[in-house]
Amino acid sequence: MGEGIIEKDKKLKEGWEGISRFFRANSLWMLMYCTGCCAIELPQAMTSRYDMERLGMGPMATPRQADVLLVTGYLSVKTLRRVIYAYEQMSTPKYLVAFGPCPINGGIYYDAYAVINRLDQYLPVDVYIAGCMPKPEAVMNGFQDLIDGIKNKTADGWKRYRDNYEWYRKNQIESLGELRIKDEFHE
Amino acid sequence: MNLNEILTGTLTGLIILVFAFVWQTTLSGVTRKIVGRFQKRYGPKFYQEFRDIFKLLTKTGVTHGWVYSFGVMMALGGIMGTAMFMPVMRFTAFPGLDNVFIYVYLFAVGMLGMAMSAVGSGNPLAGIGVMRALTQMVGYEVPFLVVVLAMVYGHGTASVSELAAVQQAAGIASWNLVRMPIGTVVGFICLLGMLGKKPFETFIAPAEIASGPMVEYGGKQLGMLMLLHEFSIFIEVSLFVNLFLGGAVTVVGFIIKYVGVFVLASLVSQALGRFKIDQVIRYFYRWPIALAVAQALIVVFLGWGV
Ligand code: SF4
Repeated sequence: MGEGIIEKDKKLKEGWEGISRFFRANSLWMLMYCTGCCAIELPQAMTSRYDMERLGMGPMATPRQADVLLVTGYLSVKTLRRVIYAYEQMSTPKYLVAFGPCPINGGIYYDAYAVINRLDQYLPVDVYIAGCMPKPEAVMNGFQDLIDGIKNKTADGWKRYRDNYEWYRKNQIESLGELRIKDEFHE
Repeated sequence: MNLNEILTGTLTGLIILVFAFVWQTTLSGVTRKIVGRFQKRYGPKFYQEFRDIFKLLTKTGVTHGWVYSFGVMMALGGIMGTAMFMPVMRFTAFPGLDNVFIYVYLFAVGMLGMAMSAVGSGNPLAGIGVMRALTQMVGYEVPFLVVVLAMVYGHGTASVSELAAVQQAAGIASWNLVRMPIGTVVGFICLLGMLGKKPFETFIAPAEIASGPMVEYGGKQLGMLMLLHEFSIFIEVSLFVNLFLGGAVTVVGFIIKYVGVFVLASLVSQALGRFKIDQVIRYFYRWPIALAVAQALIVVFLGWGV
């Protein structure tokens, strides 16, 4: 009897998840974090030529409203802190797309003193888009991959972040250092 | 009012609410598609707005304190309550209670709830956005009310469904669009201001103050705000149709008038840039108010258009 109810509950939950995934996959609102040169390919992907709105995507103004965080290019240590803030402000489920080789292994900035090399040590990345810089076709293809990933449950970066938070946190502190703020909000 | 009337009224009101949601959300999606075509794009699917709203409602929502959470509820409740009073194609939920002033007052409940909740989020940009929204409200409300009061004086009734019925007497010639052309122009400009369409987009201004009051909203609360947005568009456009275009008797008439007004407003908005907030106020207090007063004088002293 009890087993049956649990089974039913599970099925109901899965059904609900399936419906939510359908809506999430087809309505992605982006927050563009235009750190590097890759950002220059976004206007073409957004406007008449490639028309990202076909996929139900659109730009949003603040992290709280957005579903997808686009990290377009290299990240200096200073901007990494802001990207982490932005990512943590977004409401779950949230996704992160990284553009170009810079967030994968540092790209041409691999030995620069102020730039981090691997983004996925600090934040979970759902989709990488290849190309330095990626063409608009590649960008659209990457978004299609993200949509497929959401549909078949492989884009689960936010769950990984939640489950391995200690590890991510350790890496973040290692590279950023502890932050001590002293002002009227943090007493 | 006896119990029976209250029950049927509430039921009609609920049906109007469901209709308003489905109709306006579909139309918003269609309008996005039309705007896309104007920009030589394909545009999203026509049911994109439904996907957006339901997606937001399935996300998690953080709260920034009880003022924030309560304000959203109050805003949505206030606007939905207002929408229930709107006469749609001869259906009125509460006959005799659809006075013009009901909309002015009940709408303010929703607006104040929204203002309270946005300021409760504690973000300075939200404060700026709310300040701008209320300032703009002062701007468009005065010319709009001058025209509406002239209309009420001329027709001798303040009930929206009766005002619509008066205009249905002799076809197009008895519409307020023909009887009070100047007033209709003022009404349309004020409608743009109410809808927050460009050039009166000052309080949203995504590139300037990061979407103003909505800056801290995410997940479920943002979904509720989008619902609220659809309902308030429904109220504003229906009010315009009822007051100036003779309401609607048949489904076809309703669709043509409503779609015409809303799509025209959206296209006008695509062609224009954004005013600054001081320009908005200066604009509203110069042309629309002068035209509105002129229209009122014509109605009151010359008796034209009555
Ligand atoms: S991947 Fe290439 S184009 Fe992109 S930010 Fe790095 S260097 Fe610039």
